[in-house]
Amino acid sequence: MTARHLISSAFVIGRRDFTATVFSKSFLFFLLGPLFPLLVGILFGGIGASVANDAERPLVAVLAPSADYARLQIAHDQVAKAVDGSIIRLQHVAPKSDLATQRKALLEARETPARAVLESPFGSPRLTGSIQPDGSIAGQVQLILAQARADSAPALAVTRIETEGRTTASERVLVARAGQALLFLLTLLLAGMLLSQLIEEKSNKVIEVLAAAVPVDAIFLGKLFAMLAMSLLGITVWASAAVAGIALLLPGAPGSLPEPALGWPAFAALCAIYFAMSYLLIGSAFLGIGAQASTVRQVQTLSMPITMAQVVIFAIASAAAGNLNGTTGLIAAVFPLSSPFAMVARAAESDAWWPHLLALAWQLLWVALILRLAARFFRRSVLKSGPAGRPWFRRRSAAAV
Amino acid sequence: MRTLLQQVQHSGEFAIEADDLVKDFGDKRAVDGVSLRVPTGTIYGILGPNGAGKTTTLRMLLGIIDPSLGTRTLLGHGRPLDAAAEVGYLPEERGLYPAMTCREAIAFMGALRGLPIKEGRRRATEMLGERGLADWTNKPIRTLSKGMAQTVQLLGTLVHHPRLIVLDEPFSGLDAINQEKLEALIRQQADNGATIIFSTHVIAHAERLCERIAIIAAGKVAFEGAVDEARSRLRPIVHLRTRSNDGSWRAALPPDARQTGSDWTFELPSSGPEPLLRALIDGGAGIETLSIERPGLHDAFVAIAGESAAREMNGEQPE
Repeated sequence: MTARHLISSAFVIGRRDFTATVFSKSFLFFLLGPLFPLLVGILFGGIGASVANDAERPLVAVLAPSADYARLQIAHDQVAKAVDGSIIRLQHVAPKSDLATQRKALLEARETPARAVLESPFGSPRLTGSIQPDGSIAGQVQLILAQARADSAPALAVTRIETEGRTTASERVLVARAGQALLFLLTLLLAGMLLSQLIEEKSNKVIEVLAAAVPVDAIFLGKLFAMLAMSLLGITVWASAAVAGIALLLPGAPGSLPEPALGWPAFAALCAIYFAMSYLLIGSAFLGIGAQASTVRQVQTLSMPITMAQVVIFAIASAAAGNLNGTTGLIAAVFPLSSPFAMVARAAESDAWWPHLLALAWQLLWVALILRLAARFFRRSVLKSGPAGRPWFRRRSAAAV
Repeated sequence: MRTLLQQVQHSGEFAIEADDLVKDFGDKRAVDGVSLRVPTGTIYGILGPNGAGKTTTLRMLLGIIDPSLGTRTLLGHGRPLDAAAEVGYLPEERGLYPAMTCREAIAFMGALRGLPIKEGRRRATEMLGERGLADWTNKPIRTLSKGMAQTVQLLGTLVHHPRLIVLDEPFSGLDAINQEKLEALIRQQADNGATIIFSTHVIAHAERLCERIAIIAAGKVAFEGAVDEARSRLRPIVHLRTRSNDGSWRAALPPDARQTGSDWTFELPSSGPEPLLRALIDGGAGIETLSIERPGLHDAFVAIAGESAAREMNGEQPE
């Protein structure tokens, strides 16, 4: 059995699995599944934010002629831009003869009552309302008035220079943790599917045909890479949707993110590679464990302890963020299953490349080892006729009865 | 380590060689010292009742499971999977992906054995068309009946033109017409030079098709050799009807000859038919009819494997 034969056999298995999955109706739901909460979140978040934004900004009615209000509005916009935040809203109201009645009506209006009423802004400004004299609303009105009066002041000369090392270490730890969390979430969601990958072959008796024609290692390898390809396809779709969504709804937001130590392109590439490694490592273990199960019920029973084990692995890797060269950080980087998570953190925090090359070689070695062990275990415990075919996780309970 | 020359010589004479194969499942010994030689280009049958170890033996020969003890070579390869491209296998428990179309299923099975997928699709279309099944080409497997699916799987077993075809209980689940068709297909493959080995618990199929057989009972080979050799283990049976009821001719009959009226049934004496005939004529038996019947494979099976195994073969409960 040559490596070429192993790879070509794995390709045949993988191609069947990939096409059977991707060209099924359920794959559309798989792709759309994560987008639904995202879309709902963006939609309701956007509406909510907009409503909250408008509702939270106090309204100040301006009883003044139109020309005065126009000056005031220009100043308001300048101040709002300068402070990069939300400030009071202004509402123009043309003054009438009975100002006292008009003021009262504005403050006591049933719908959108004014928090305060500003009169005569460029004469003897007067602000009336249920506000503190030294509070935020009074202060903002004072600032807008000052800006409106000082519009003839000389323009400020600004010189822009590029600076190195803008991103602080603590900001990079945040990126590291975010990267780890994303990697964990994707692995948790996607690698779990491998638990049930051999159920179809076992229930349809196809496994006998496969095992007579190709090595079990090739079956495992083919299934693993088919599901990895399917997952990467899904991630590409989701990432594209997320990028498009951010570009449409939050323009300029990516620029405010702290930059990882290796830079964004390298960090993104390493995230993709470490996702693949994490998927292969955890997935090969899942495939081996799931291959022992004969029914969906057995897979469901297995999935809970496995998810908990994943959480523990993530916790170890998470503790390594911000402590890359400490004992925890090194253990997390060396332990094969947590290594991809720990190395993503390193990519965010350290600009050295060689640890990544070393880690990838180490992780690949473990993928091969776990696959080999899982295939051997499968051959011994499942792929045989006769009375000893009981899965390992059922033997003890049966013996205890 | 077998030399290349040894492999070539060996594969030329025997498609399969197995020596003292043993398979244990826990405490149970499923196969106990099975040895086989399947000559290249022959149709070879493995006979035995259910649970005799036929399927386990085939699975060991194919490398699906490893023997606990013993060795086997398949087309000269010590590791059976190395010969996978030249082997076709129809397992006892048929299995296909239900969502696949017939053409894809056949092409996929060929691809597993190294046939390029495009060529597999072309051959699948051709094979279905030759059998008047062109309508099935794009039908999903799940829409087929069990017998139809079995036909598709058989075509998938043959699509890559294997030199060795291994069929585990190929006739089970087929109606009489399809059994005949399958027999014809097996003969056709043998005529094309393929070696065929199949297991069955129906003696008639083996009797009609096989040149050589192995009779397996309780995990052991009770007989291995040519079908004629198995039959020749039994003496021919003489059926005699006489006009005379008594006389000196009766001394020519063996002591265990069974009488029913004027009919007699007994094994042909070792001296052959001529002395018997002379004694009957000279003794005044008045021969009305006399026939010498060659024993069938079923009789040979009973003699070799025992009554109990024969009853199990016929689907009866053992005593």
